[in-house]
Amino acid sequence: MKIIVFVKQVPDSAASVAVEDGKVTWGDAPLVINPWDEYAVEAALALTEAHGGDVVAISMGSEDAKEALKHSLAMGCAEAILINDPAFAGADSAAAARILAAAAQKVGDADLVIFGKQAIDSDTGVSAAMTARVLGWPAITLVAAIDALDADAKTIQAQRAMEEGRQVVSSKLPAVLSIVKDYGEPRYPSFMGIRKASKAEIPMWSAADLGITAPEAVVSWPEIMSPPAREIANEIIEGGSPEEIAATLADKIMAEKVL
Amino acid sequence: MTNKVWVYVDQFKGEALPASWEAVTAGRDLADKMGTGLTAIVIGSGVEAIANTAIQYGADEVLLADDASLEDYRANPYTAVFAKAAADAAPDVVLFPTTSRGREVAAMAAIDLNTGVLVDVTAMETEGDAILATRPVYAGKLLCKVKCATRPQLVTLRVRSFGKPELDESRTGTTTAIDAVMAEDEIATKVLDYVDAGGGVSLSDANVIVSGGRGVSSNPAEAPADLSAEDQEIWKAHEGFRLIGELATVLGGAVGASRAAVDAKYIPYAHQVGQTGKVVSPDLYIASGISGAIQHLAGMRSSKVIVAINKDADAPIFKLARYGVVGDLYDIVPALTVALKERLGK
Repeated sequence: MKIIVFVKQVPDSAASVAVEDGKVTWGDAPLVINPWDEYAVEAALALTEAHGGDVVAISMGSEDAKEALKHSLAMGCAEAILINDPAFAGADSAAAARILAAAAQKVGDADLVIFGKQAIDSDTGVSAAMTARVLGWPAITLVAAIDALDADAKTIQAQRAMEEGRQVVSSKLPAVLSIVKDYGEPRYPSFMGIRKASKAEIPMWSAADLGITAPEAVVSWPEIMSPPAREIANEIIEGGSPEEIAATLADKIMAEKVL
Repeated sequence: MTNKVWVYVDQFKGEALPASWEAVTAGRDLADKMGTGLTAIVIGSGVEAIANTAIQYGADEVLLADDASLEDYRANPYTAVFAKAAADAAPDVVLFPTTSRGREVAAMAAIDLNTGVLVDVTAMETEGDAILATRPVYAGKLLCKVKCATRPQLVTLRVRSFGKPELDESRTGTTTAIDAVMAEDEIATKVLDYVDAGGGVSLSDANVIVSGGRGVSSNPAEAPADLSAEDQEIWKAHEGFRLIGELATVLGGAVGASRAAVDAKYIPYAHQVGQTGKVVSPDLYIASGISGAIQHLAGMRSSKVIVAINKDADAPIFKLARYGVVGDLYDIVPALTVALKERLGK
């Protein structure tokens, strides 16, 4: 099997993100692989361990956006590729999906393309569905468990985490998946993996390499800002037994008229 | 009449999600502002009743695709129906609820219709037929204004961010049947089953969320001695989440958890609130035994009233809390359950 996993580099989830001069800053917080994408890499590696084959990790970003790919290599991916072209700057979700789909086609013969649920910076969560649509493949998003995969018959059965519980679906391959945290803990990079990743040459693909011109972005984000500060009057309720404190708190909650 | 504002109505097993009616209400406001009518599109099998309700919530017209092949939600056949109808009628704006299905159909249709999607929007301004939308990024640590240069502008609305829908039983409108687009043998996926479906209040819809964190394991009770240290901790935490669950039940709410509690296996991931869990904004959020890591705060900071119960007076959660109690959740939570039960007459 050949599996492509798309990963993104983002500021660490513990970062204090702010806006300075209209640009997003995150101080000295590290750039890491998008946490959701670690589950995607884990699922891809587990599937190739069970059914044979290799995982190719692909990321799109500036030249210094290799941390997510190195992490993917260290976890066990066989290859990593960085899509990098100044013409791709400002790509919206749909443009990015067209670029990623072109990369999947250039890799060729993939049985599965796997994404994380969403990126913790832009929080759109549409890349898997959009890329599937560009490729003309079925999308199975929000996968919490993979029940079965038949590499010969080219079918997969998976459980999707929906609002109402889990939807069990079967699909033909090739398909695009997105993986949620229920799938199971991603593995830690091994010592050997980290050594291999540090030495790896990561090829860069431009628009010309993909054989496309940069897709036009139609969604723009004219302004980014800090959320308005909330004026919260903090009131600590103290004194008396737990029952007395609870009674006071219950009265305060009732007075808020939110129940 | 060609209505320039549309709403996609998300449903499960013949029942519209409450978020769909929020979208219809927002769509009604938008259509009035833009001087046009409102069309709702309903896709499923046995969903005629939803079409009628959509009119009562504010739609002027309903496009109804009711077909056995649309019984279970599947992305491709649902998107095909929606994208064909939208390509034919060319609306300026389509609103979707940001549910798992709404988000997915909007994403796929954006590709078919060569347009863009503004995802998880919390506010909208209009200028002529153009939408300037506000959406949270970095789990709400920042806000971003977004717009789409092409038509239709596909916009998914964050659940519980727009006005509460009001039903008007006297409203009338027209319903037009539309056809399924894909034949069964053209569809690559099959829905085999549902597991654990239909249980409890979902976090994103909940008016009230009672959450537990790492602190729920500081249970004064003795865990069975034959368990491993890790299992003893989990045993203790389960008792804490039982108390939290009782309070949530009394308030008709849902149970949430911090990432620390989920990572420690106290409770399944479906309950996680935060940047890598669900982002929620209930009217009342009670955090018990949660210190308030930045990634948790990002997921619940827009809650209307926040109550924090924690042993540590310096816990960051208290900064966001309208009301705080420095104390043991094992004392306070059960007492609060009793006190609120009494006041609510339950």
